[in-house]
Amino acid sequence: MSDTKHTLVALVEDKPGVLNRVASLFRRRAFNIQSLAVGHSEQPGLSRMTVVVSGDSAVVEQVRKQLDKLINVIRVSDITEEDIVARELALIKVNATASTRSEIMQIVDIFRANIVDVSSDSVTVEVTGDEDKVESLLELLRSFGIKEVTKTGRVALTRGDTQ
Amino acid sequence: MKKTGAQILCESLIKEGVEVIFGILGGAVLPLYDTLPQYPQLRHILVRHEQGAAHAADGYARATHKAGVCIATSGPGATNLVTGIANAFMDSSPMVAITGQVARPFIGKDAFQEADITGITLPITKHNYSVSDATELAGTVKEAFYIAQTGRPGPVLIDIPRDVQQEEVEFVYPDKVNLPGYKFISRGHSVQVKRAAKLINQAQRPLIIAGRGIIISQAHDELKELAEKAQIPVVNTLLGLGSFPQNHVLSLGMMGMHGMAYANMAVQSADLIIAIGMRFDDRATANTGGFAPNAHIVHIDIDPAEIGKNVRVDMPIVGDVKNVLKAMNKEIDSRDHLDWLSQLEQWRYEHPSLDIRQNDELLPQYVIQQIYEATRGNAIVVTGVGQNQMWAAQHFVYTKPNSFISSGGLGTMGFELPAAIGAKVGCPGEMVWCIAGDGGFQMTIQELATITQENIAVKIAIINNGYLGMVRQWQELFYEHRYVDTKLWNPDFVKIAEAYDIPGIRVKRREEVIPAIQKAMDYSGAFLIDFVVEPEENVYPMVPLGGSLSETLELPKAEIVSSHRNISQKE
Repeated sequence: MSDTKHTLVALVEDKPGVLNRVASLFRRRAFNIQSLAVGHSEQPGLSRMTVVVSGDSAVVEQVRKQLDKLINVIRVSDITEEDIVARELALIKVNATASTRSEIMQIVDIFRANIVDVSSDSVTVEVTGDEDKVESLLELLRSFGIKEVTKTGRVALTRGDTQ
Repeated sequence: MKKTGAQILCESLIKEGVEVIFGILGGAVLPLYDTLPQYPQLRHILVRHEQGAAHAADGYARATHKAGVCIATSGPGATNLVTGIANAFMDSSPMVAITGQVARPFIGKDAFQEADITGITLPITKHNYSVSDATELAGTVKEAFYIAQTGRPGPVLIDIPRDVQQEEVEFVYPDKVNLPGYKFISRGHSVQVKRAAKLINQAQRPLIIAGRGIIISQAHDELKELAEKAQIPVVNTLLGLGSFPQNHVLSLGMMGMHGMAYANMAVQSADLIIAIGMRFDDRATANTGGFAPNAHIVHIDIDPAEIGKNVRVDMPIVGDVKNVLKAMNKEIDSRDHLDWLSQLEQWRYEHPSLDIRQNDELLPQYVIQQIYEATRGNAIVVTGVGQNQMWAAQHFVYTKPNSFISSGGLGTMGFELPAAIGAKVGCPGEMVWCIAGDGGFQMTIQELATITQENIAVKIAIINNGYLGMVRQWQELFYEHRYVDTKLWNPDFVKIAEAYDIPGIRVKRREEVIPAIQKAMDYSGAFLIDFVVEPEENVYPMVPLGGSLSETLELPKAEIVSSHRNISQKE
C-alpha cells in the first residue's frame, strides 16, 4: 500500500477548542497532516473542516474513525474517491519593477488570477484553484523573486446533490 | 428557584445516582465543599493525594458498573488526577472527574493554582468540558455521565471555575442530552452477524478471545452460551479475566505475554479467532506479525476505531457485545470439536504453565494460590502492576465478572491501594484483596490514612521481593543481570501499617502463609500482610519482547516439583 493524499471533510460543532481537539488527535496518533482548513458551514453552529492527510488507506481509515469518535465531530467522510470540487487560495507577493510588471500581469491573466495589491517594487497576486494550478503559477513567478506566500490549504465539496 | 452552581452540581450528581465521591478540597472547590453538607446522600471520601481519588473512582466504577466520581481543586490538584484519568481512559472505565478552576476573570492570567486542565486532559479523556456559565452546569453533568457510561465507557472531565460554583441561576435538570456528534452502534449489523456465524459453523479449530468488553457489556451469560453450544474453547485477555469462569472445562485461562503456554498455542493453532470486546493490545498479541497465523479473525467491538487498528480482521462486527452475541447465538450450530479440544487438553497436560519451583524460600505464586484457597475465589482481587499483577492473574481462579481489577493498558504502579478502596466502597459486602508489589505500594502508600479515616476493610497483601521485580526480571533476562537501580531499600511495612492504625503481620516462611491469611480474613477491618518472598523469582510463562506467541518461554521443567492447579478443580 502506498502513501497517497486523502481529502477528509468533517462537519464539526462550532465550539471553543474543537480545532484544538482535532489537531491534538493528529499529533497524538502521529497522523501526517498536509493541510487543514476550517470555516463556517451552511448550518448555524456548525463548521466544515477540510483535512488533507497522507498515508495508506488503513492509516487514513483510522484517522477517519478516530475523528468520528470526537464528540464535537458530527460527521466525517473520506471524499478522495468521490467526484469533488477542491480549491485552495494563495496570496503571492512577488517582486515587480516597472519593467517586469506587465509580464507578471500577463502570466496572472493566463491563470485567471488577480492582482490585489500593487506597490512600487512588488505586486500581490491572488490565485484560486487546485494545488497544481497554484503550484504552476508559483513556479512561473519564482523567476521574478517571491517575497511572501500564504495559502489556505484545500477546501473541498462533493459535486452535485448532497444526500 | 435559584440555586448556586455548587448546589446545582450536587443535585445533578444525585440525579445521576451518585452516592460516593472521592476527592480532596482546595481553594477552587471551596464553594462546592461548603455546599456538600446540605446533601448527606453524597458520601465524600477524603483521600490523601488526588491520584488516589482518580484510582479509587476507577476501582469503584470497575466493581459496580457505575461511573466513579472524583474531585480535585485547580492547578496541582487537577494535574495530580492526570495519571488516574489516563488509566481509566486506557481501560475504558467510566469516570467523571470534576476539577475546580480559578475564577473566570483570572483564567489565562497564570493565576495562583491555575492549570489548563482541559487542554492537558484532551488526549486522555473521552470528552471534557470547561463550564463558563452556571446555566450550562446541569446540562454538562447530564452529558458527562451519559458519555462516560455509554458506548465504550471512559473518563469525562468537567472543569468549573470557582465563581461559577457561586453563581446563582435557575436549576432545571434536562431529561435528555443533545449530542449530535456522539453515536455508538448498539446492535451488530445482521448480515455481518450471519456471516460471522457461518465462519464459526465451518471452523475446525475455533477459539474465543474474551476481553474486558464482555464484562463491561455484562455479556458473560451470552458468552457462555456461545462457547458451550458450539464447544469453543475460551482464552482471556488480562482485563478479560472473570468474563468466562476459569473453572469451566472450556476455559484455557489467560493468553499473552505472561499467558498460559497452552492458551498461546491455542491462539497460534486456531483456524478461527473470535475476538470479543478486546483491542489486540501488544501485551496480549505479542508480535502481531506472527499472531494467529492460521486463523481468520472475527472481531466484535463497540468501538469501530478498534477494528483493524492493530491486526487485520476478516469479519468485523461493530456493536454492543451482549446484543451481538444474543443475535449470533441464534445462528450458531451445536458442535463438539472433539479433536481440537483433545489436542488442547494434551497441550495443557504437556505444558502445565502454572507449576511452580520447589524452593525452601517463600514463593509469591504460593501466596496467591493460598489467598485463592482461603477465599475460594469469593473476593475482588485488585492488583498493582508488574510481577505481583501477573502472579495474581495466573494463580487465582477467576470465575465471576468484576473479580479481577487491574491497570492493564496504562500499567500504573500504585493503582492497587486506592483502586481497592474504591472497589470496597462500591461493594462493601465483598472481600477485597489488594495485591501489591513493594515498589508500587509505596507510590500511593499515603492512602492507608484514607482506609483508617473512612474505615474501609481492605485486605492488603504485599508481595515484597525487595525489587522493582518485573524490571529486574527484564534486566536478568535481557540486560545480562545488570540490576541497575531495581533493588529497593524498604521501610518496615508492618510498622508503617501500625502507624496508620492498621494491624499487620510479616510472613517469611511457607507455613506462616495460611494462618496469616486467615487472620486477615477473620479481622473485621483493614489488615496488612507483608509477604517477604524469594527476591529473584521470575514470572513464567513469558514471551520475550518482540517475539510472537509461538515463542512462549516456560519455566525449565527440571525446576518444577510442586504442581498446584489441577484438573480436578474443573467442573
